[in-house]
Amino acid sequence: MILVLALTIGALFSLGTYLVLQRNLTRVIIGLALLTHGANLLLLGVGGKAGEPPVSGIDPSTMSDPLPQAMVLTAIVISFSVTMFLLALAYRSWTLNRSDEVEDDVEDRRIAREPVRDAEDRL
Amino acid sequence: MKVFLFLPVVLPILAAGVSTASLGWVWLQRVIGLAVLTVSLVSALAILITVEADGPQSVQAGDWPAPFGITIVADLFAAIMLVVSVAMLLAVLVYAIGQKTDTTSRVFHPVYLLLAAGVSLAFLTGDLFNLFVSFEVMLIASYVLITLGGNREQVRSGMTYIVINLIASALFVTAIAFVYAATGTVNMADLVGKLDTIPGGLATALGLLLLVVFGIKAAIFPLFFWLPDSYPTAPSPITAVFAGLLTKVGVYAIIRSQTLLFPHDGPDPLLLAIAALTMLVGVLGAIAQNDIKRILSFHIVSQIGYMILGLAFFTIAGLAGAILYIVHHIIVKTSLFLVGGMVEETENTGALSRLGGLTRRAPLLAVLFLIPALSLAGVPPFSGFVAKLSIAQAGFAVDSYFVVGVSLLVGLLTLYSMTKIWNGAFWGTPPDDAPEKPAPTPALMAAATGAVVAMSLAVALFAGPLYDLTEQAARELADPGVYVGAVLR
Repeated sequence: MILVLALTIGALFSLGTYLVLQRNLTRVIIGLALLTHGANLLLLGVGGKAGEPPVSGIDPSTMSDPLPQAMVLTAIVISFSVTMFLLALAYRSWTLNRSDEVEDDVEDRRIAREPVRDAEDRL
Repeated sequence: MKVFLFLPVVLPILAAGVSTASLGWVWLQRVIGLAVLTVSLVSALAILITVEADGPQSVQAGDWPAPFGITIVADLFAAIMLVVSVAMLLAVLVYAIGQKTDTTSRVFHPVYLLLAAGVSLAFLTGDLFNLFVSFEVMLIASYVLITLGGNREQVRSGMTYIVINLIASALFVTAIAFVYAATGTVNMADLVGKLDTIPGGLATALGLLLLVVFGIKAAIFPLFFWLPDSYPTAPSPITAVFAGLLTKVGVYAIIRSQTLLFPHDGPDPLLLAIAALTMLVGVLGAIAQNDIKRILSFHIVSQIGYMILGLAFFTIAGLAGAILYIVHHIIVKTSLFLVGGMVEETENTGALSRLGGLTRRAPLLAVLFLIPALSLAGVPPFSGFVAKLSIAQAGFAVDSYFVVGVSLLVGLLTLYSMTKIWNGAFWGTPPDDAPEKPAPTPALMAAATGAVVAMSLAVALFAGPLYDLTEQAARELADPGVYVGAVLR
């Protein structure tokens, strides 16, 4: 694998991880897109060096490996469609809440309320 | 030709297309859904009978020879999982029709059929990349189903669910890329020999990466936190089918990859620790909850621990126990969520503080809840007892007394939290603001739930023959040569 490709994959993974850890939904989605791009590029990269197109009549030793390309095409389509769905859901979340923040879950909210209740009991 | 191996996968996908085209005619969608899942169930049974008699069967898509093409392969473990899963999908569909969940959105039926196809493909696939595809088919369908109502809670929890699964998918693609880079193949049967030729450390790293990926789907400790938050918000038939099937697909993938690709001699300390912690943390979480569906969701996590425990022994008895446990768990968990849904339907709430006196208000519900609840806790003579006993015996055989002790303690705590539901919802007095008469439950819902409960009783009743079957499946799992021989020939 050439160095530029390896560095790109590394950069995509690190940026994606950073963005997924943010609280804004939009950033999380962009982060996920970068993560999946990184994974897809990696899958493409492991196929080895680029060569001739794999059609009959060409010396097999000079061909590109077609299998990772077929797999990465499938993976791209899947990540593409899921990102679309996620964007639609984020829009739904925006129309319902008018905020772009990832909300705390039920349990976190319950625990966050507890100290206040304790303080009231003591009064 | 063994074309019928394809039926449980291809039929629901084709039917999903027809079902989409019949938008607006709910009755037609219902007929298609029920008919297709019935045919799937029949073909799944045919697969089980064939595999039981003649050993693992495989078929190559488009007749491309094995390591290159798409392989569909069914061994006994896969066939057992397939039969139980399709039976549950059919029962839950009847329940959903009874509850009229399918009228909330026109996409319910097509998406439900895609879910069925994805689950079936996950059990039948013979290569890692196809496993990824089947996970995605199943997950994309589940994304739609979990946010079906589009209300605020569902959007919030659906978002968590989707984000966590997408990260797992990205990791899965990464793992596949590394496996391909190291061995040059993704066909599982082909991998068996090739993983021996690469350095041991590299193989261990690949095994761990795959364990993390499948562990997120299966909700094992410490990767379970998304599950109790996202499952309870979906409509009850959908939660039931998710609880019964989706995490078990993850468990199936863990067992398949660990036994076939990364086998151990003797108990694996890492998996034993994961199993013990999953059981404990799940049940402790359940004790702290006050809503039926949330309690049951934490129990899913706890029960996954038992299955991993059976695998962690790496003996035939342990694997047989784990498979029996999965069969028991799928049936019992689905029925508990179906009953939970019926309670919500009659009383309009699942919060224990707002329920009470259901034994008198709805005696049928009480019976339908009591049997699977006692079974889940492992009280004799129900199916949970048989399953737990076989795992405990397997543990004693390899001297893992501590972990088996933990599992018995967890069984006791499970019983405790089941009595909590029983005390809160079924005994006591109804709350003051409860309506005079509970709303009647549609007969179809009760019939579907009753059928699933009857299946769990059948598991206990026919535990002997069933254990022989799972033991035969475990023997196949313990000897990868059989599987490899069936695929590569």
